[in-house]
Amino acid sequence: MENVTQALQGVPLNHYILLSAIIFAIGVIGVLIRRNAIVIFMSIELMLNAVNLLLTAFSVHHNDASGQIFVFFIMALAAAEVAVGLAIIVMIFRNTNSTDVNILNKLKW
Amino acid sequence: MSSLITLSILAILVLYLGLYKAKNALLPATLLGLAGALVLAVLEWNGGAQPIYSGMMLFDNFAIAFTTICIFSTMLILLISKDYFESISEHVAEYYTLILFSLAGILVMVSYHNLTMLFIGVEIMSVSLYILAGIRKDDFKSNEAALKYFLMGAFSTGFLLFGITLLYGATGTFDLTQIRDYVIANPTGISPLFYTGITLLIIGLCFKVGAAPFHFWTPDVYEGSPTLITAFMSTVVKTAGFAAFLRLFLMCFAPLHDFWMPALLVISLLTLFVGNVTALYQHSFKRMLAFSSISHVGYMLFAIVALGVNSSNSVFIYATAYSIASIVAFAVLILVKRQTGADNFDSFNGLAKKNPFIAFTLTVAMLSLAGIPLTAGFIGKFMMFSTALAEYHIWLVILAVLNAVIGIFYYLRVIVAMYFKGAERNEIQSSSYFNFVLGFSALITVVIGVYPGFISSLF
Repeated sequence: MENVTQALQGVPLNHYILLSAIIFAIGVIGVLIRRNAIVIFMSIELMLNAVNLLLTAFSVHHNDASGQIFVFFIMALAAAEVAVGLAIIVMIFRNTNSTDVNILNKLKW
Repeated sequence: MSSLITLSILAILVLYLGLYKAKNALLPATLLGLAGALVLAVLEWNGGAQPIYSGMMLFDNFAIAFTTICIFSTMLILLISKDYFESISEHVAEYYTLILFSLAGILVMVSYHNLTMLFIGVEIMSVSLYILAGIRKDDFKSNEAALKYFLMGAFSTGFLLFGITLLYGATGTFDLTQIRDYVIANPTGISPLFYTGITLLIIGLCFKVGAAPFHFWTPDVYEGSPTLITAFMSTVVKTAGFAAFLRLFLMCFAPLHDFWMPALLVISLLTLFVGNVTALYQHSFKRMLAFSSISHVGYMLFAIVALGVNSSNSVFIYATAYSIASIVAFAVLILVKRQTGADNFDSFNGLAKKNPFIAFTLTVAMLSLAGIPLTAGFIGKFMMFSTALAEYHIWLVILAVLNAVIGIFYYLRVIVAMYFKGAERNEIQSSSYFNFVLGFSALITVVIGVYPGFISSLF
């Protein structure tokens, strides 16, 4: 474990920040341009995982465990969100036979 | 703190009541539990609060005040839910439980002292609300509202989390006091990560409270959800979102006022104009209320733009006035929709002839939302504007007054429809629960408007 921590600290912090920012941006772009509810959902998970990665990197950098605890909270709540979110998508699929968000246009002025 | 425990236990208890088919006991048990939680919260007032659970939460007067108003509004909403859930589905206990769990999340949101608890509170609240928005499983509108709310909620959580992470990267802690100490200790050398973090947090929180340009999900979700859930979302949830927003900025970011103030100023003005101008063009009363809730977010943002000692007090009064008036509006909407089956302005025609009491309470609520003197809404707007003037945001106040004038137009439309347009209609039969909520809320609105003293100097 000691070696792993040292190896992780060998990588400059900026690289982690850059990597996480890029993954986060891919997630945001995915949410904005994809039209399938499940793919949008996966993009959101990508955003959350970018955050997890960055939190772990910061946690090692500061030598402080609270960042890693936060990662557990994010994972737990992301799992809860998946349960509810997939249920909602299944409910919509039952009514419309599609997971395309473009058909969701009933609510307009 | 004990009110949070009470609420969580109550929610599980209500689930068991549903399991044993004690349908008639659901509403009394829920209301009794909520009243108990309310009393327990009030008892801690001025108790010299210290951070508890290793600095995770802090039940100070700010938290107690917002807890009180949130529990109180929920009680009013649950009172008008009599027979409402039964008409949607037979699983009634689950709805009460979900609302209670959501309320537990709200209590965490208003009393957090650590960014971890902010995130957990927001999520506990939101996950319950995603389900509540989609309660009508066969109604396509409700499905659409649930999916939109879910996708936008999860998306904004991503921004919120990235912001929190960057703050952690800059400071090495999630604790609000330590973050504030970091800001004070490094007046010049604050890491760029910290500024980026604040920006992302503003984006995430603006999504949650529905401020323009992050408001686009609000009207759809509010219109598609069942009216009672819309009432809950646009009053209790919005109040809690603002309390969380304000708590973070008051405790941590006040010294960096010059950095984030211009951005929030623009967001606030944009929200006011988008909300008010779009509300003018609505034909549906429910959608008009959704846009009006966006415009009220704009007014409430004033307190954060002009951050000062009076901010929490003015947000508290504004949120109280707005919540109570909105509950009346949604209650009347439920009654009218039950009778006519439509929620456009024309379905209110001639209401004053047949139901003078309902029409009168709705008039009081509309006047309060518009900010006419002698109602609570006026006191709220007055406090907001004077907070902004104290910080010399004169243009902001001038534009806000202009918006308040626009607001009067669309609020008066429904009053005109009720009193001056005739239509053949039957009398609406409203239960005593409804009459109590309507009368009581109208009374509170007027009392706060006439004697604001007892509520305006709480903090």
